Amino acid sequence: MKTTLANFDKAFENRVRLQIMSILVANDNYDFNSLKELLEVTDGNLASHLKALEKEAYINVYKSFLGRKPNTSYAASEKGKIAFLKHLESLENLIKLQKT
Amino acid sequence: MEKQEIYSELHSIRNLMERSAKFISLSGLSGIMAGVYALIGAGIAYLLVYGQSLTMDYRENLLQEAELLWNLFFVALAVLILSIGTGILLTLRKANKNNQKVWNPISKKLLFSMLVPLLTGGLLILILFYRGYYGVIAPTCLIFYGLALVGASNFTFEDVKWLGLMELILGIFAALIPGYGLLFWTIGFGLLHIIYGTIMHFKYDK
Repeated sequence: MKTTLANFDKAFENRVRLQIMSILVANDNYDFNSLKELLEVTDGNLASHLKALEKEAYINVYKSFLGRKPNTSYAASEKGKIAFLKHLESLENLIKLQKT
Repeated sequence: MEKQEIYSELHSIRNLMERSAKFISLSGLSGIMAGVYALIGAGIAYLLVYGQSLTMDYRENLLQEAELLWNLFFVALAVLILSIGTGILLTLRKANKNNQKVWNPISKKLLFSMLVPLLTGGLLILILFYRGYYGVIAPTCLIFYGLALVGASNFTFEDVKWLGLMELILGIFAALIPGYGLLFWTIGFGLLHIIYGTIMHFKYDK
């Protein structure tokens, strides 16, 4: 029981953060606006969750310009991918535990 | 955490991974329509080449009259434009219904991975046409289209890969058996599209 809870990641307690992470794990990178459209969240909400993930070093941020418009894209870091997989495992374990 | 909650969490993860990495608004109906256009086009082409005498054993027609060639070219072009037009229209409609944006990172990748082999193939076919290598045009169409589909299948439904592989096999056979280009072309672009479109329609559009 203890081992599963140890893997349970506080950074993913929030649903939007977990959702962001699942998109970034499934894709090489994703830009801010596409994330916003897919998750149907507000700019501020998304930005604050991205900041939190960045602080954990789970994601890398790339800023560039498309013409004159700033374009920010995000990619999952190696650390973030491992944390995400561990979190998924702990979710699985929780289900298994409740079955028995 | 409640079990139900974990399940819904896992479901949302799975759903997002799929929706973010795959373009799922391709419409099955557009496949069927493309097949129908191709069949009509092939019918017209057959009449143009072999005239009104509907015999299958006369295979030595030399395609040399310029007028006939241009007519065939325009038939093919019309089929292509109609198919792409219908495809875009129905995809836009389905994307609207799915609440998926048509222009997203995935559809861009999908389009790019299709356009590279299609434009290369298209140019090659124009060159072959210009040089008079008519016998290899149908297999070239099928092979490059097949390659485009296999490449694009990374960004959309798995089923597209199977359609692509079938087109590739047909293309190779068409190259092996020269003179039956129109027949293979009809199977590849007509029949296969209709079968594929019907499967997709009942699998995903329902």
